Amino acid sequence: MQQASRAAISHYLDGMRASDLLHPRPEGLYCPPGDFFIDPVRPVNRALITHGHSDHARSGHRSVLATQQTLDIMGLRYGEDFAGTTQAAILGEAMALNDVTVTFHPAGHVLGSAQIAVKHKGKRIVASGDYKRQKDATCAPFEPVQCDVFITEATFGLPVFRHPPDTEEIARLLRSAAQFPERSHLVGAYALGKAQRVMRLLRDAGYDKPIYIHGALAKLSEYYQSRQGIDLGQLEPATVDSGGKQDFTGAIVVGPPSAFADRWARRFPDPISCFASGWMRIRQRAKQGGVELPLIISDHADWDELTATIKETGAGEIWVTHGREEALVRWCELEGIAARPLHLVGYEDEGD
Amino acid sequence: MNRFAELLDRLVLTPSRNGKLTLLVDYFRTVEDPDRGLALAAITGDLNIAAVKPAMLRTLVTERMDPVLFGYSYDYVGDLAETVSLVWPQTPGHIPNRQPTLGDVVAKLQTASRSDGPKVLAGLLDSAGISARFAIIKLVTGGLRIGVSARLAKQALADFGKVDVAEIEELWHGLTPPYISLFAWLEGKAGKPERTALALFSPVMLSNPVGDGDLEKLDPADYAAEWKWDGIRVQAVCEGGVRRLYSRTGDDVSGAFPDLAQAMNFSAALDGELLVGEPAATGTFSDLQQRLNRKSVTPKIQQQYPAFMRCYDVLQIGGEDLRALPFRERRIRLEAFIRTLDPSRFDLSPLVDFADWPALEELRRAPPHPIIEGVMLKRWDSPYLAGRPKGPWFKWKRDPHTVDAVLMYAQRGHGKRSSFYSDYTFGVWSGPEGAEELVPVGKAYFGFTDEELKQIDKYVRDNTVERFGPVRSVRADRKQGLVLEVAFEGLNRSTRHKSGVAMRFPRISRLRWDKPTAEADRIETLQELLDR
Repeated sequence: MQQASRAAISHYLDGMRASDLLHPRPEGLYCPPGDFFIDPVRPVNRALITHGHSDHARSGHRSVLATQQTLDIMGLRYGEDFAGTTQAAILGEAMALNDVTVTFHPAGHVLGSAQIAVKHKGKRIVASGDYKRQKDATCAPFEPVQCDVFITEATFGLPVFRHPPDTEEIARLLRSAAQFPERSHLVGAYALGKAQRVMRLLRDAGYDKPIYIHGALAKLSEYYQSRQGIDLGQLEPATVDSGGKQDFTGAIVVGPPSAFADRWARRFPDPISCFASGWMRIRQRAKQGGVELPLIISDHADWDELTATIKETGAGEIWVTHGREEALVRWCELEGIAARPLHLVGYEDEGD
Repeated sequence: MNRFAELLDRLVLTPSRNGKLTLLVDYFRTVEDPDRGLALAAITGDLNIAAVKPAMLRTLVTERMDPVLFGYSYDYVGDLAETVSLVWPQTPGHIPNRQPTLGDVVAKLQTASRSDGPKVLAGLLDSAGISARFAIIKLVTGGLRIGVSARLAKQALADFGKVDVAEIEELWHGLTPPYISLFAWLEGKAGKPERTALALFSPVMLSNPVGDGDLEKLDPADYAAEWKWDGIRVQAVCEGGVRRLYSRTGDDVSGAFPDLAQAMNFSAALDGELLVGEPAATGTFSDLQQRLNRKSVTPKIQQQYPAFMRCYDVLQIGGEDLRALPFRERRIRLEAFIRTLDPSRFDLSPLVDFADWPALEELRRAPPHPIIEGVMLKRWDSPYLAGRPKGPWFKWKRDPHTVDAVLMYAQRGHGKRSSFYSDYTFGVWSGPEGAEELVPVGKAYFGFTDEELKQIDKYVRDNTVERFGPVRSVRADRKQGLVLEVAFEGLNRSTRHKSGVAMRFPRISRLRWDKPTAEADRIETLQELLDR
């Protein structure tokens, strides 16, 4: 495999190596001819940001180029002065940065998420950021982009990860809520994207009671509802002064997973802990975390989506980043596609 | 199949007993025959399917996918059945017209010959989704491991049909999967199934603990006293050549005690305690443990640790039901009957003479054998009643042992307690003076009040040294730490624990906020208990 990756690196594209166009630096993925970084983990002069999750979108850059929604989300998280200057990228619209043409395409990961296509001297590399292919009513769907090099994430890059349809998972949650009407269901879901998707799925399944939310979700959910027109129905703060324990009887409560192991969770009657994540595919993960009702709902591509997407892009070379690189590289090898792991630092392996 | 698969997934992750019961009752209510009966049999271990070896499973899957990718997957998941269920290749977009039902799956597996077993299994896996594949693999590899005992399953049946669990236990051994007649009765669609099988179980009579002030209200002359043996409650039933040895919940345990079962050549139903050794030289609880939880019993083990039954009641002799007779008369019949049996396998639990309660108290405190855990009181005029009636039988246990130990690790609980550190590992001092260190000696998760739980939880959060997932290690050294008074019923030697001892039934009896850690007990205190 060492041989293979070396072969890939030395693979010339019309006299220009792909790695001259984009390569890892300690700050993040760097484009020398365009002089910008993609999702840098340290403050830089010019940052292009794929989506608003905090390991990809950090504050303190001099200038930031991202979709309007990602810029809004960063503003909500870090305050309006999170960067020196900002510029909104319009999906599908090409922009020139020095000698390089840059285009943002929807990634289907969370609201505002984008892949970034970088084109220079006729060669195109697409950095996917994080992506998924399952339908999600809270963000624009992924669009495959033809390219020479596709940089794919591999969070769930093992054949064991196969996400079921999210509607089936929500049906299980509602079935459990009917089975245990005297208990409350606490759904752990990341504050940006997953939480709103879960709420929207509940609404689409016909659940019309108020959904109780942890304070960490309030601002973002409000943004989804009032500024993006994504209807999440009636949301109520899950605070004690809104009532006693009995008020949460039969309730569905959504909050960040960390809150459920904390004292915050004591206000709920005999809670059933649920966790919406692709990791919940593995029983031992659920068991270790004390999760009683795992909901396999992920904002990342599963194995079948990863492999199908690689084929769809038509890329002759695949760079695999954050996640389980080795299995995906092995799969590419079996398919006769050049592939190598791209070692980027600073991203959360656990991010889902 | 999908409902069964979902049931397994829910049961394995639901820690609370009530939660499990709800899930089971719901399943019985919403799933049809014969699937629900087959699921029940799978849970109680009464489903007969030829086992598939893990190696065969691995062969099947690596014939279908790259062995390197399978290797990565198995390394990550760690469980073969789960890995195979997840990675089993399915044609993209191909959804079988109809997923097999549990009934289909069981029928196919049971009729498959040895040679086409793998092919049949592969065909079933091709036709099922991920969860169903997992359930199928669990069925063929044996042992569901979902934390549901046969007893709990029977309780769920009782809840489902709103009958007493004793009625289910009484019927159980006359029934076979898929239990159509049982479900029909529980749903009120048919009468109670007849007890036609021989040597069935009769629900046992249980005692209540002696509470404060109970004895003052009782006349000692109304009660017989016996030693309370710390063995296994068993019921030996022989009828028409059928011999069965039942546990107190009606599970047939004859297979684990073939030596005792072999000696059951009578026609009667006896109630007593299974012990190890010989009647004249009764073994300790540690000896008894050599015979517990074994799949098969070698002749050597049977010879070293022979099982015998110490009888204290008789329910039936030669077809005559004696349960309505008073204890006094049953006892006379029992004493006469025991004399006809093999004396190395059956003896009589002696009555203990006593004049008044203080005299019995003396005897209770100093029993003549370590396997005695107190005394039993039985009303002379009481009939043999199923269940735990209040009044006729009492157990008066020896006081528990206690030890002062230091809290070392705390783990988050489940369900209601998921935000509390509620499971505590504690240790005692070992090693030479000046270089003492704590060795863990046990784990306890009850015995404290809700208020005390809050206090310990706060202490754990404030004094955490390290975190390992849901576990925190707590500062515990000669100068600082929390001393817990731990009560326990007995101590066994253990090769599995570093300390060499394992506590039976440990619980937190007091929080010793006042006690300096250096004054907690040493391991030698426990070792002395072992040698007694």
